[in-house]
Amino acid sequence: MTYLAKFRVWRGDDKGGDLADYKVDVNEGEVVLDIIHRLQATQSGDLAVRWNCKAGKCGSCSAEINGRPRLLCMTRMSTFTEEETITVTPMRAFPVIRDLVTDVSFNYRKAREVPSFAPPANLKPGEYRMQQVDVERSQEFRKCIECFLCQNTCHVVRDHEENKQAFSGPRFLMRIAELDMHPLDTADRQHQAQDEHGLGMCNITKCCTEVCPEHIKITDNALIPMKERVVDRKYDPLVWLGSKIGRRS
Amino acid sequence: MTEYEEHRYDVIIIGAGGAGLRAAIAAREAGMRTAIICKSLFGKAHTVMAEGGIAASMGNANSNDNWQVHFRDTIRGGKFLNNPRMAELHAKEAPDRVWELETYGALFDRTADGKISQRNFGGHEYPRLAHVGDRTGLELIRTLQQKIVSLQQDDEKESGSAEGKLKVFAEVTITELLQDETGTIAGAFGYYRESGRFVVFRAPAVVLATGGIGKSFKVTSNSWEYTGDGHALALRAGSTLLNMEFVQFHPTGMVWPPSVKGILVTESVRGDGGVLKNSDGKRFMFDYVPDVFRKQYADNEPEADRWYTDPEHNKRTPDLLPRDEVARAINSEVKAGRGSPHGGVFLDIASRRTPEEILKRLPSMHHQFKELADVDITAEPMEVGPTCHYVMGGVEVEPDTAAAARVPGLFAAGEVAGGMHGSNRLGGNSLSDLLVFGKRAGDGAAIYVGGLQGKYPNATDESLASAAATALAPFNEQGGENPYTVHQELQQTMNDLVGIIRTRDEVQSALDKLQGYKDRAARLTVEGHRQFNPGWHLALDLQNMIWVSECIARAALIREESRGGHTRDDFPAMSAEWRQKNLVCSIDGDSIAVIEQPIPSLREDLLALFDRDELSKYLTEAELPALTEEPA
Repeated sequence: MTYLAKFRVWRGDDKGGDLADYKVDVNEGEVVLDIIHRLQATQSGDLAVRWNCKAGKCGSCSAEINGRPRLLCMTRMSTFTEEETITVTPMRAFPVIRDLVTDVSFNYRKAREVPSFAPPANLKPGEYRMQQVDVERSQEFRKCIECFLCQNTCHVVRDHEENKQAFSGPRFLMRIAELDMHPLDTADRQHQAQDEHGLGMCNITKCCTEVCPEHIKITDNALIPMKERVVDRKYDPLVWLGSKIGRRS
Repeated sequence: MTEYEEHRYDVIIIGAGGAGLRAAIAAREAGMRTAIICKSLFGKAHTVMAEGGIAASMGNANSNDNWQVHFRDTIRGGKFLNNPRMAELHAKEAPDRVWELETYGALFDRTADGKISQRNFGGHEYPRLAHVGDRTGLELIRTLQQKIVSLQQDDEKESGSAEGKLKVFAEVTITELLQDETGTIAGAFGYYRESGRFVVFRAPAVVLATGGIGKSFKVTSNSWEYTGDGHALALRAGSTLLNMEFVQFHPTGMVWPPSVKGILVTESVRGDGGVLKNSDGKRFMFDYVPDVFRKQYADNEPEADRWYTDPEHNKRTPDLLPRDEVARAINSEVKAGRGSPHGGVFLDIASRRTPEEILKRLPSMHHQFKELADVDITAEPMEVGPTCHYVMGGVEVEPDTAAAARVPGLFAAGEVAGGMHGSNRLGGNSLSDLLVFGKRAGDGAAIYVGGLQGKYPNATDESLASAAATALAPFNEQGGENPYTVHQELQQTMNDLVGIIRTRDEVQSALDKLQGYKDRAARLTVEGHRQFNPGWHLALDLQNMIWVSECIARAALIREESRGGHTRDDFPAMSAEWRQKNLVCSIDGDSIAVIEQPIPSLREDLLALFDRDELSKYLTEAELPALTEEPA
């Protein structure tokens, strides 16, 4: 079953770099990360790649394979033909550190801008009661492994560095939706999403949903409902009147 | 003169998994300026791999549950070798630690009356594991991560600086602990993976929360970070490790395809109705119920199947025996030629639950098998076999404060600490361990630092220079060996010779080989430069793996009995004399010294939780007469 595959891997750092060609053994059942590891062990000991669990659970080994944002550990070699050249490049939306490793600190900055869970003030630990059907909506979003492939692929920031200031990306808009749908959260998430995190910039092309390795329906279940909630509030005449009178913000 | 970046903190936490993050929250809440040092990115720690749940006797699924029952299960699972005080604290405090997570925003699966749902697991008498489908570890890590962020947001509001009191240093590896002339902790030395630049943390208290050692074995469920860093740091600082011979092989890892061999298949598959079968289609676990467990486990299929719905009147299925028993049983079936095509056995849930139930309860297992092995677990059985999963052994600690033995200022919590789980850990007891002792370590460190009244120990200049020189050595060596080669050989050796079944000769031969790896690892050569260089990182981690492997092998050679995660083919029985002893490892010159040390005895009220008949299977005659008569 072993064959010699053709790989092109981007090598370089923040000053620049280029694709390097390799020929490397592939065995039955292997994934792209196995091949990258084999390159490290046999041809290029300093090839930089992030990875942890190798089981699709930690979201560390995000990169682009033949131009598509993917987890290296969840991309099986059997999805390619033996003749195909497989090109592996770092995520494009984030600055390169070295080889396949990028600087994803943008995401951690945005995470800190989302106000945390705000439980009711007098509810004691152990007294939380929630129905399964009510927690399930937010649970879907909490499946997120923070691979940041959705952030990488979202065209609002992928080729528009200037939007990164105003736009938090699908991952963190989904985090706001998760909190908004949390049965016990008391904070106002809808204004936040629209005014501070750029929900309006999302034009629901569903690219994020398409690349999500956890198959979370980011657009349908998080972003669109969030937009609807914002719109309901913004254009509801009673709410509008209330806010004019000054009783609601 | 070596260049390095320098920081000063009250407490530094090495490791950002469940234990480290919980320790950081405790230290910060106690007013300590705290740094979290994370070998990977923040939120990627190995805790995310935990699937089944967090064991805590909240009694939501069965109101008979309480901390005493949880304690008893834990001691049974550990075959009476657990540190009793740790097991007691753990069982008592686990429910509070779980409820607290809900205040941080965790969303567990619910019971019909809206409480936290609890599921069955191996060795637990009642359904006890709080869970989120089969991705509980991810929920735990994300919840703690978000709590850290929330504390930083509070600090930002108060002082304008989000990172002033609590900061995460991502992708930093610690290579040395810093000490003053008396051996008291003064900080830690490490490097940024990204740039290779050195960084010095000056701090009077260090909490080790570095997890386990699985990367010393070839077939493992553990990620690349699990190289025994904390174990080795503690040893090199002069502290001690105990119970290192006890390594847990999880019975169900994937066996095919080869590249995913070892990846975990959660015990929840069996908790939710899945059963193990051999190539004859036989449920073989009924043949492997050991004497000590006959009272709790069914000896026939109809009773075992009734137990899922009527646990009051039926004994549980032996598919849910403690992990060491199941792993050995699978090993025996495969050796006897009744294995599956790829050298495992079958784990079948497809014929026992509907596809809808399986998808609801085990979504990540379905996903994992579909994507990695092209197997649909709702339609066909999985192939599984044992995989190195967890080390029961670890840093010898004082149970209440998590203070490490012999080194003032050093603390340890989670997998890197030893004693809590005895010779074998029950599933679900790891996540609760992280929370209970993570908090205790953070509190313990804060109390210790408070007691210093601002007089912080100083690291010597020589210790800094020597730490830098050691870290750079692989770049200076010419013509030495490739670290990947030595690592692969080490993994093969540990797997083959100090694995699930051990003998004197094999362990002795492993020790000889280890000496060879030690010599070779002293002369490694890495290519390239210091910026994000995995070859260099491995060269440094390899030193830790070799120290840890030597501890495991030496202790395994000395303990002439079989118990929990240590099975000696040449001493197959459990010995009541050996039960009274821990093996304690320390560094002596350039090798590991092992001494025997008596284990603390069970308090009378805790001993009374077991009947005399059961105790007589574990304790010596001399220990028994002290007991009062069997409770009515």
